Amino acid sequence: MPALADLRDKTCIVGIGETAYTRGTNKSALELSLEASLAAIEDAGIKPEAIDTVILPGGAGGGGTAGDFIANLGLQDLHYTTSLQEMGGAMCVAALECAATALASGIASYALIPLCCRFYSGRKARQLNSDPGTGLQSAETIRDYYAPFGVGAPPQHYAWMAQRYMQLYGTTHEQLGAIAIAMRKHAQLHPNAVMRGKPMDLADYLASRWVSYPYRLLDCCLETDGAGALLVTTTERARDLRRKPVYVTGIASGHPFPPHDLPNRPDILKMGLDFCAPRAFAMAGMKPSDMDFAEIYDCFTGQAMLQIEAAGFCKRGEGGAFVEGGRIELGGELPINTHGGLLSQAHNSGMNHLVEAVVQLRGEAGARQVNEAELGLVTGWGGHGHGSVAVLRR
Amino acid sequence: MAKNMKTENPAPADKRSVLLRGNAKEFYEWCRKRELRFQRCQDCGVWRHPPRPMCGSCHSMRREWAPTLGKGKVYCWTVVHQALDPAFANEVPYAAAIVELDEGPRLATWITGLPPDRLTVGMPVEVWFDDLDDQVALPKFRPLIE
Repeated sequence: MPALADLRDKTCIVGIGETAYTRGTNKSALELSLEASLAAIEDAGIKPEAIDTVILPGGAGGGGTAGDFIANLGLQDLHYTTSLQEMGGAMCVAALECAATALASGIASYALIPLCCRFYSGRKARQLNSDPGTGLQSAETIRDYYAPFGVGAPPQHYAWMAQRYMQLYGTTHEQLGAIAIAMRKHAQLHPNAVMRGKPMDLADYLASRWVSYPYRLLDCCLETDGAGALLVTTTERARDLRRKPVYVTGIASGHPFPPHDLPNRPDILKMGLDFCAPRAFAMAGMKPSDMDFAEIYDCFTGQAMLQIEAAGFCKRGEGGAFVEGGRIELGGELPINTHGGLLSQAHNSGMNHLVEAVVQLRGEAGARQVNEAELGLVTGWGGHGHGSVAVLRR
Repeated sequence: MAKNMKTENPAPADKRSVLLRGNAKEFYEWCRKRELRFQRCQDCGVWRHPPRPMCGSCHSMRREWAPTLGKGKVYCWTVVHQALDPAFANEVPYAAAIVELDEGPRLATWITGLPPDRLTVGMPVEVWFDDLDDQVALPKFRPLIE
């Protein structure tokens, strides 16, 4: 058995690309994905034909098939492709793990990871997540056992977790709100954030309408259109490229048990991230307190709080106190979602979290730059609690 | 009377028909017969839900639909205020919960018969069956009065 540290610093993110994030678009998912992919390729300073691997976080529903990228980018000899749609919102970090594995093994030289989400103009997450045709493993359970009771949409069945958590640990609505408010503050500093120019305070948060108790509208992520892409290669190749490499220092993914169903887990609050975060930190040879910032998959405030705990930043039940007092805001002890996250930048299923981590580690985040950022954590969550996590360093 | 005691059909026919095929068929057929049954391994006795072919504990594929007494406790809950599925637009607000049966398995359901602000984790409840039509009945729960 090779040691877990074998993937540490073996690969680097060398290119990032994003389209504008909008509410409404005339472009197809494939057009948006290709636009983001070209931006990442240009950022890396390579020729498209150097790409021999395409990892598709969302499969065909995430902005194109492998064949689409082969045909449109003119990739004459693709070596390797796979897709991760079963992971839901954990798909992007899991795709980076696949790319790192393929690159470190020598199968791949340059890996493209593109993702488009058209949740405003296309089918919404709440329509996709009960459709087994999407490849989402949890979809049949939602269709057959949750939707008949009117809890087929994510804010409804994820609210179960938040309610139990809040009752067990005495978490307040103001503490959930602290997460939403921090994301909104950060979005004011990002030129490509949908909620830029729309500040929000605690009174706004508490006045927003109930969606599914304990979730209000402002506990819920946005529905937007847009695409992002990463270009990943080996550390040796990265040294010769134009951009400062961002090292994949630790990376892992994990799954709740059983993954099919939220109700029938021994502990509904134990997620994939609980399993994989210790593995990612062990691979990196680091601990949570070493991180300068974190980009946490914030589909809903409560799921973000659970992940802050599962990642190891505080113990189970301490998340409410942890997020208070500006600790997770820029200038605080651990800035979280410096781009505004899914709550206030855009919903690109966490691809935007990876892109933002790279921008921060390059020191190019401008007004929202974390001072001397050297290490950052990125998490993914999806499909009923599949998890993924990356420790990235400059 | 709590607003969520309604018994009109919340799901359109095309959505109901899906419950009568595939993995869900047997579960809902038992509900129509006024029994709340779940899959249980015939070798090691471990319950599982939703149904699947193999026991994750002992890997046996021998399985039965074992009866429960239909009594349990609220494991957690939400009150839906925005339906999101248009079929439920006239039902809001409704209390959707996870109930843990005394025998062990848990399921998604509704808690009816009390105001949502009185819901709490651990509350004892018992099943009743809500007929959507002559084909499909949904298992719902109400406070257990002993």
